[in-house]
Amino acid sequence: MSKKIKLVDENGVRTDGRKPDELRPIKLEVGILSNADGSAYIEQGKNKILAAVYGPREVHPRHLALPDRALLRCRYHMAPFSVQERKSPAPSRREIELSKVIREALEPAIFLERFPRTSIDLFIEVLQADGGTRAAGVTVASLALADAGMPMRDLVVACAAGKADGYIILDLNDIEDKEGTADVPVAYMPSLDAVALLQMDGQLTPEEFEQAFNLALEGCKRIYELQKQALKAKYLAIKEAVEEVVEEK
Amino acid sequence: MPVFFENREIVTPGDLLAEGGFEAGRNTYRIDSKIYACKLGLVEYKGRTVNVVALNTFYVPSVGDLVIGKIVEINLHGWTVDINSPYFATLRASEAFNKPYKPQKDELSEFLNIGDIIQAKVIAYDRTRNPLLTIREPGLGKITHGKIVKVSPAKIPRIIGRKGSMISILKKETHCNITVGQNGLIHIHGRNSEDERIAVLAIKKIELEAHTSGLTDRVTEMISKERGSGK
Repeated sequence: MSKKIKLVDENGVRTDGRKPDELRPIKLEVGILSNADGSAYIEQGKNKILAAVYGPREVHPRHLALPDRALLRCRYHMAPFSVQERKSPAPSRREIELSKVIREALEPAIFLERFPRTSIDLFIEVLQADGGTRAAGVTVASLALADAGMPMRDLVVACAAGKADGYIILDLNDIEDKEGTADVPVAYMPSLDAVALLQMDGQLTPEEFEQAFNLALEGCKRIYELQKQALKAKYLAIKEAVEEVVEEK
Repeated sequence: MPVFFENREIVTPGDLLAEGGFEAGRNTYRIDSKIYACKLGLVEYKGRTVNVVALNTFYVPSVGDLVIGKIVEINLHGWTVDINSPYFATLRASEAFNKPYKPQKDELSEFLNIGDIIQAKVIAYDRTRNPLLTIREPGLGKITHGKIVKVSPAKIPRIIGRKGSMISILKKETHCNITVGQNGLIHIHGRNSEDERIAVLAIKKIELEAHTSGLTDRVTEMISKERGSGK
């Protein structure tokens, strides 16, 4: 390996100027695709991800239908232009794995048993990637599901924590993810206090792991508030616009 | 028995709505004594029940509902109808003809063909089988004139209004015949296309602003404005 890059400097400032426990700036929008039943968009740092939901609807092909609950199908896909070097648009091993991981993180949140023999199709399209796309993918996907009017136990929110240059850091970006010592993505349902996804890549001591895990939960709770705001914003904007017109008279 | 929101405040899935001796109403669920929201919507505390009026839903069939659907398939003994719900509906030939149906003699596609729009009533539904429809009642059957508007099924109660107040105003002001399907499809039939155009605009406005108050006045105002500009 070549000379190691300094990820956190002596003042505890990271490559993009953040403190170790600081999130990247997040922008969330709901209901931006008119052809889908539900949709959402996230910008988290340089990440740009779209999510669209269709369903519940009849399952095609028929034989995949489950007699006792809905089938959740999820496709995580990175656009060819989402990374520096062109990525082949065919689903890679990594994308197939992430599709499964994201699906399994969302399944416990949805009341699938209320719609047997149907399918819910979820598409997550990464337009621009800068580390932590699986976490951001879970966050938008659950917004798109809520926008579609899916009955859910809670919104699922995800955030990663990890370790770089001896610091436990929150919400890793691409370079911290690749050059850092460890990465712990966590998906969480804050109201129910339940973890829906927990992975780890790299090496941490048990103490460090606990620290990183708690930091990730803290990040999740902060993003959860943004999620709720984004869902309400769509309707509050209309309400305010209407009330302004009324007041003018 | 604490309550955590004000009446008609917007809540999101997972919000804790109330704790203690409450009952979980529409779009809510209960864990022990805690009531949570399971959809994005407006919370309503009515006595001991907590409801959430959803801002977006899909249509779940219910027996007795009037629906508007599209024929998508012709089978041996009937039709498959898309009623804008998670499940396709079945219209049996015996529920369409007034005489006994004979597969050897009667040609189903002559009666209703693929792509035809029908008004029908749900006569049977449980989640284990697809809903059954009938058109053997006055006013039901194939739709041949007018326009169809699609709205979110969650907005249907608002379009009908309290005891039908909104829909009767719409009919009066636009001079159109309006039939509201519970599945979110609305059939508009007026004397001319201008009347129909205004009715479509009015319905779209109600859909967009369903969660605001004073809507009836704004809709009547909009209709008279549109009428003025059209002339």
